[in-house]
Amino acid sequence: MAEHHSSYVPKTGFERWLDARLPIVRLMHDSAVSYPVPRNLNYFWTFGGILMFMLVSQIVTGIVLVMHYTPHVDHAFQSVEHIMRDVNYGWLMRYMHSNGASMFFIAVYIHIFRGMYYGSYKAPREVLWILGVVIFLLMMATAFLGYVLPWGQMSFWGATVITNLFSAIPVVGETIVVWLWGGYSVDNPTLNRFFSLHYLLPFMIFGVVILHVWALHHVGQNNPSGVEVKNYKKDTVPFTPYATVKDLFAMVCFMIFFAWFVFYHPNFLGHADNYIPADPLKTPAHIVPEWYFLPFYGILRAIPDKLGGVVAMFASIAILAFLPWLDTSKVRSGKYRPWFKFAFWTFVLVSVLLGYTGSQPTDKVVLAIGGRTVMDMVFFAQILTAIYFAYFLIMLPLLGLIEKPKALPASIADSVLGPAGSGHIAGAHAAPPKH
Amino acid sequence: MTTSSRFLLAALALSGFAALAQPALAAGGAEKPPRQSWSFSGPFGTFDRAQLQRGFKVYREVCASCHGLEKLSFRNLSQPGGPGFTDGQVRTLATEYKVMDGPNEAGEMFERPARPSDRFPKPFPNAEAAKAANNGAVPPDFSVIAKARTYERGFPFYLFDIVTQYQEQGVDYITALLLGYEEPPKGVTVEAGLHWNRYFPGNKIAMGNPLVAVFDDAGKPHDPGFYTDGTPVTREQVSRDVTAFLMWAAEPKMEERKQTGAKVMLWLILLAGLLYLTKKRIWSRLEGAH
Repeated sequence: MAEHHSSYVPKTGFERWLDARLPIVRLMHDSAVSYPVPRNLNYFWTFGGILMFMLVSQIVTGIVLVMHYTPHVDHAFQSVEHIMRDVNYGWLMRYMHSNGASMFFIAVYIHIFRGMYYGSYKAPREVLWILGVVIFLLMMATAFLGYVLPWGQMSFWGATVITNLFSAIPVVGETIVVWLWGGYSVDNPTLNRFFSLHYLLPFMIFGVVILHVWALHHVGQNNPSGVEVKNYKKDTVPFTPYATVKDLFAMVCFMIFFAWFVFYHPNFLGHADNYIPADPLKTPAHIVPEWYFLPFYGILRAIPDKLGGVVAMFASIAILAFLPWLDTSKVRSGKYRPWFKFAFWTFVLVSVLLGYTGSQPTDKVVLAIGGRTVMDMVFFAQILTAIYFAYFLIMLPLLGLIEKPKALPASIADSVLGPAGSGHIAGAHAAPPKH
Repeated sequence: MTTSSRFLLAALALSGFAALAQPALAAGGAEKPPRQSWSFSGPFGTFDRAQLQRGFKVYREVCASCHGLEKLSFRNLSQPGGPGFTDGQVRTLATEYKVMDGPNEAGEMFERPARPSDRFPKPFPNAEAAKAANNGAVPPDFSVIAKARTYERGFPFYLFDIVTQYQEQGVDYITALLLGYEEPPKGVTVEAGLHWNRYFPGNKIAMGNPLVAVFDDAGKPHDPGFYTDGTPVTREQVSRDVTAFLMWAAEPKMEERKQTGAKVMLWLILLAGLLYLTKKRIWSRLEGAH
């Protein structure tokens, strides 16, 4: 599906004039109207659009919040409450933004797991996948920076714990931490630069998203069968109206889920401690990151050595970028890989359990027999961490070599209609290669 | 396949253990607060105006000498979704407080009676003064205290809370705390300046039982006419009233939020239904569409 030619026909004189000078309408037409979409996509493929919606929602609510927020240690907490109390619909903007971060991560995790299950990272989509990993990293940085801004107890102590991770770097660690803080502790300079960066990174995300979508539109979408498009007429449908209406429907369903939290349960995904103003002299009983960081926090604490923990945590994210080459299987979709399915779902479960270990005190007993502690939270997290990395470094390379995949359908149309019928699509056609 | 299914089973079993290993007590050995029923819980919850007015009275006469309400202005008391005082009542109330203003033309600061637009004055000029007056502990500000306190729900209850919308952990805890002052259990020594409380994490709290300002040891009110609206003056009632007031103080736009939510939900569900039908219609053009 490497190339498809433009089916845009300028209708008015102005459109023809503009098209000869800046073919922007053609670009939009080709990427959002005639762009051919595999006809067998399921609803897991709607999360790209949902993520786009979330990014825009975060940027719009964020820009409004900035109009009323004050990035200063003496005023930040107060200004957030000012937004909640005195700004028209300020409560809506703030709750949309704080819950929006969680929704963004829910959607991105589904998006990532979908890509992993259907082998969307495999050739020719390696760059598309790596750009996704970059977006994920930027999202994590943005979310962390944003959580510091209300300057509550969790903001302050979360910032202290995470920035301190860099002190694990040999020789220059301490210097780097002082440089990050802009002083000798987390203080006003830290809050100011975090605010500045929190405003910058979303636009960098936006930039990488454009590259991500560009790469996607160049190589075409993967699909549940993992079989490439062979015949545009039979295998694809035009983006508009087919994908447009489906994406819109899924987006509105996601908004209902989003609205449930914003209007009815706005503090469920946060921490009560963050409604206590930051106090550098008082450490909270448990410093716990937001839920979306918990699996990585679990890995960090699983390693008893500080530097080792930091390396393991960053490696657990960085390893995603190598997925295209770690998976040796010729078959793309997990649907046709019986052993892979088990490995994949184990991986999902292990990720969730790692999140659980990240939320609990490290010395908590997980398993005790006859009053004797057999397993505490750290040991449990170590086992899970081992399985997490084994999935990438052992399972995926090995399974591709020893697994016997099921028979693949001959084409996308076959996977929908069965091998017998693979008739033409009535109505509109996706933009076919020009004859 | 056997290896991975064994992993899966082991992981499942371990997660089961993890769930069982949740301690029955919250952090620090305090008991979980009993669940109260609140007028403001649930998707259509609203504050009970009379309860908020009573709660404000309790705050003012019992709590305000130590605990500030610095993020609230007097005018908030007459805003929609709140205790429902009239503007006149708020103006009169504000004049009973003195606030610092200035500088005047002579360059001097001066005190004047408060106006509705003024914030509630702080009980102490700074944290050091608060410490000095309170045995080294700073009484926390009450503006968002109802959202700043909670207790651990534990797995899997916090998942059920998503559906049931139970989010009154903070107010349940505060009510329980107010009623939780007891004699310490045998063998437990409580240091001078601390008090034993059944629901406080660690059980030893610096604040003395605030309800002694209203009730004697037998639980009888010093002033049976403490409430003027005929509500019985009991320890439970007073605790619940002041807690409800604190919830409003922490979330003054809660009613607006929930009422907007109902409209948004209705609109979104309708839109989703229409989009679903449109989607079905469009996709039915395809042969073999599902």
